[in-house]
Amino acid sequence: MHHYQRMLKPWSKKPSLPFGNHINTQAKKHNKSVLTSSAFLKIPLKENTLSERAGDRVFKYFVLSFGLIVILLGIGMGIKLVASSMAIWKEFGLSFLWGRDWNPVTEEFGALPFIYGTLVTSAISLLIAVPLGVGSAIYLAELAPRKISDAITFLIELLAAIPSVILGLMAIFTLVPLVRWVSPFLMDNLGWIPLFDGYPIGVGMLTAALILTIMILPYITSISRDVIMAVPQALKEAAFGLGATHWETVRKVILPYAGRGIMGSVFLALGRALGETMAVTMVIGNSPKISASLLKPAYTMAAVIANEFAEADSDLYIEALIAIGLVLFVITIIVNGLARLMIFNMNKGRT
Amino acid sequence: MKNKILKKINKNLSGYVIASLIMVGVASPAKAGVTLNGAGASFPYPIYSKWFDEYHKVNPDVKINYQSIGSGGGIRQVTAKTVDFGATDGPMSDKNIFKVDGKIHHIPTVLGAVVPVFNLPGINDLNLSGPTLANIFLGKITQWNDPEILKDNPGVNFPESRITVVYRSDGSGTTYSFSDFLSLVSPEWKKNVGTGNSLSWPTGIGGKGNEGVAGLVQATKNSIGYVGYIYAASNNISHAAVRNKNGEYIKASVESISAAAAGAADNMPADYRVSVANAPGQGVYPISTFTWLLIYDKNPAPVGTTLKNFLEWMLDSGQKMAPELGYAPLPENVKAMVKKTISTIR
Repeated sequence: MHHYQRMLKPWSKKPSLPFGNHINTQAKKHNKSVLTSSAFLKIPLKENTLSERAGDRVFKYFVLSFGLIVILLGIGMGIKLVASSMAIWKEFGLSFLWGRDWNPVTEEFGALPFIYGTLVTSAISLLIAVPLGVGSAIYLAELAPRKISDAITFLIELLAAIPSVILGLMAIFTLVPLVRWVSPFLMDNLGWIPLFDGYPIGVGMLTAALILTIMILPYITSISRDVIMAVPQALKEAAFGLGATHWETVRKVILPYAGRGIMGSVFLALGRALGETMAVTMVIGNSPKISASLLKPAYTMAAVIANEFAEADSDLYIEALIAIGLVLFVITIIVNGLARLMIFNMNKGRT
Repeated sequence: MKNKILKKINKNLSGYVIASLIMVGVASPAKAGVTLNGAGASFPYPIYSKWFDEYHKVNPDVKINYQSIGSGGGIRQVTAKTVDFGATDGPMSDKNIFKVDGKIHHIPTVLGAVVPVFNLPGINDLNLSGPTLANIFLGKITQWNDPEILKDNPGVNFPESRITVVYRSDGSGTTYSFSDFLSLVSPEWKKNVGTGNSLSWPTGIGGKGNEGVAGLVQATKNSIGYVGYIYAASNNISHAAVRNKNGEYIKASVESISAAAAGAADNMPADYRVSVANAPGQGVYPISTFTWLLIYDKNPAPVGTTLKNFLEWMLDSGQKMAPELGYAPLPENVKAMVKKTISTIR
């Protein structure tokens, strides 16, 4: 059963027992963290007076209205994006999605190079950031001395606060020369793989993916560390008690238990990577061409909107950019939906 | 309880109201002033903000606000009539002019230029003809030691290396005037790429803004790009001389850019929507361009006269401020024409 429903249920049906009941269900669900919850249940619950219940109701609708505003905002955004890009869908239909040409002069618009660039850079950055982030989270939560762990976590969280334009500049001065320096080697030795066939200019898909990795790493590390630290001590001790090594405990107890939270951090990171604009624009080379090579310039959806919107001078051109925004919006929703589904299925499999 | 809170809010609120009233009182001058709002091109923003600032010093009751949101944005705002005037680096298309309710004037203010910048270790001077430049940006010339480049630069020892082309990824008037020139000198460019703020580039990598292009060029050996003249001049970036219609290789300077407008004045259309790219004449730098203010023909009472006064001041005192900021002033013959146009504004 879904977590949120449990939280709502006691709230609406048994207003006299909101907190006690909630903890009770949680304890039942995990079946494991028995240490503290029973103590909570023994607290005598105060009879609620009528006025307090009325207050609860007011509070409920108050918060509900805020929740609804968020949903309405999302729907409103979707409607506005569709309405403002209608001319594109009329002119190109769905073929806008797989059109490969982007020519503002002749007003031919296709979104595929941007969709491709966005998805590929995000995927590569996840590919690098997930093992790195989860690995460092395990180290910080399980192996590092508490003081060092706290200090490093603080620094990692600071990394998340750096404005992306600063990271973009940093990428221009460090990552671009690095990639330029590495790419002849890649081209000579791995050039037969289409991924590494290109030219050594330093800007391109790989550089963009690397800066994205740096940007999303703090999310994965910091959230995963918190999740791993929340694994009940009793579980770990039980595993050790059964003779498991540290590695076995991590692999068979901690990671499965914390899996849902880690997945959550990964999808939060993916959301950030899909929408990141500034830093990517600065190093991706901004060329709307689809090429298998990671060393060649590419383009992302967010980048083309940021680049071209201000000077777009014809109506169709503006609508094409808004249509790109709509595609990005939909892709983000799909990714988040898939994430929810995955987490939901993981939960079902576990209980 | 509730009453108490309300009272407290009331008290705080009245405090804010009083404070803001005082602030409003301080901000607005005692005399009834005129405030004009404009928006548009970012290329002339430095000179425009200086003009509006200086003009405010001379006429304290006139305040002109300008937002550099880009030429496209300026045209949109003018069409929607949300501003008193607009500004653009590329002339409005007939289609866009048609959308504006009422007549609109293009008033040329200053000239700018676009220069090819390059990074060739050991080579400081580079000559390029229009067709060569077009072929490089078309991806047809891919090596620096191509015979076509050698023809423009006899005796120069070019490296045997690939040319990396860098262009502006953001929509920009700089791209407009660069591609305008290339369309004039290369039929193939005109056919396959064309003229615009953003293009479908056949080759190369895109940098954001003048600084993005200049940064990529400076960081990439054997590269070539293009930036606004002012940016190249103020950052001491080596830029190429471009062959003009007379066959001379000319480097951009305030004089050579102004000369482009003087050469074009003879067949200047009445609405000033003219390209001075590849203009005839001696000593002309060929990738030059006007930048325009977009002024409505009919304006509400205080706006019309205020704009007229400002524009006359701009033609006189304002022009003198242009060179120090790297803009080329309008030549005398064009100034005389513009003066006549200004007098018709209501």
